[in-house]
Amino acid sequence: MNKFGYTISKGRQINYETNNRYAAEYILDREPSFRVCIECGCCSATCTTGNFTKFSLRELQILIKRGENDQVRENIKKCMLCGKCTLVCPRGVNTRNVVMLAREAFQKKLQNAI
Amino acid sequence: MSKHVVIIGGGVAGMEAAGQLSKFGYKVSLVEKEKTTGGHLNEWFKLFPDRRDSNEIKAYLENFISDKGINIITGTSVEKLAGYKNGLSIFTDGGQILDADAVVMATGFDLFKSSRKEEYGYGIYDNVITSADLEGMFRKGKISMLNGESPKTVGLVHCVGSRDEKVGNLYCSKLCCVTAVKQAIEIREYLPESKVFCFYMDMRMGGAYYEELYREAQEEWGVNFIRGKVSEVSESINDKLIIKAEDTLTGRPLKMELDMLVLMAGMEMSKGGKTIADASGLNTGDNRFFSPVDNHFGSNRSNLRGVFYAGTCTMPMNITETISHARAVVSDVVDFLNNHK
Repeated sequence: MNKFGYTISKGRQINYETNNRYAAEYILDREPSFRVCIECGCCSATCTTGNFTKFSLRELQILIKRGENDQVRENIKKCMLCGKCTLVCPRGVNTRNVVMLAREAFQKKLQNAI
Repeated sequence: MSKHVVIIGGGVAGMEAAGQLSKFGYKVSLVEKEKTTGGHLNEWFKLFPDRRDSNEIKAYLENFISDKGINIITGTSVEKLAGYKNGLSIFTDGGQILDADAVVMATGFDLFKSSRKEEYGYGIYDNVITSADLEGMFRKGKISMLNGESPKTVGLVHCVGSRDEKVGNLYCSKLCCVTAVKQAIEIREYLPESKVFCFYMDMRMGGAYYEELYREAQEEWGVNFIRGKVSEVSESINDKLIIKAEDTLTGRPLKMELDMLVLMAGMEMSKGGKTIADASGLNTGDNRFFSPVDNHFGSNRSNLRGVFYAGTCTMPMNITETISHARAVVSDVVDFLNNHK
């Protein structure tokens, strides 16, 4: 069979039913403040890592909640755990702990992120 | 002898309630801690959404309470209420005791002290001001930085002291969004060469013609809206303000140099109201405002017999809502004095 080099693009939808949201559940059980993020972006604005690499804790949190694990796996290790994000969060999300728990969840069941 | 109602607080709510109650033939006293009545109207220039001059509202209310025999006592703070069986005693800071058949608390709100959000640099950097400071500039007719020059770039920060667990205020002050939109338009009017940026988390345009004003700001005045809360402010070597936020809709951190930053200060329970609440046993909520007995049917009634609420001492309200709430308290006071006293 001739191959013409065409491919079918993978859909871009977030497939909510089939996505694995284990990490979100794992974090929610242990850090309930994970629930109350309002996506203001303070954590990302103040983040040293985010100012130099493609790392946005705000974005990662919502990706975890949606079960978009590939992007999370790739990025969650970049955090240096300095905790500045926790200081500025107006909702009192323990963001540092969210990162720790996310790594734990990935290590346990979603292929090691570290 | 006609019954005596004492109203504590001579702002919009207190003035409106005083005027309305005196129409029913009661003897009314209005106690105000400042030297003049008018409350926060004295700080504001033009009001959202129709840009009406606040002096117009003030003149209306002043006229409404004059020539009605209302006893206006200014420069006097109330410290405590006591005795709820046959009447109430009101203790003032001057040692005076007023007797009343009913009391209306109209102690209003205090603007959030923006210096508490230290990371925004109010009181540290010269050209970080508050929404109230900006109103003062509008009134004077000139927006200027400390060096006297006009700013070319101005940022407006929404939610300063609101929706912020770090300062203990979980609630939305509700009016700051539309104030920011109004002030952004006004800055563009005064300074047509300027660029204006609003930093918001959510645009809460839940009032008549607020959304339209938001659209006008975009369409006719070119105001820029950036979705992200400002996390910190610093000053550059050439006296510019450097702000950091995440531009959440592009998902990237954003840095910007501005000439001036305006902080949209939220509303808090007034100190005066809190003092009376603590001394007299009036219930307050988690948000520290007075807590009425029922959110739907008793928003003007307190847990103490003969004591009622009007206006922003119960929650953030705009002037229209404050006037409505002050008119509503009259119905509860009249019912109490006629049927339950």
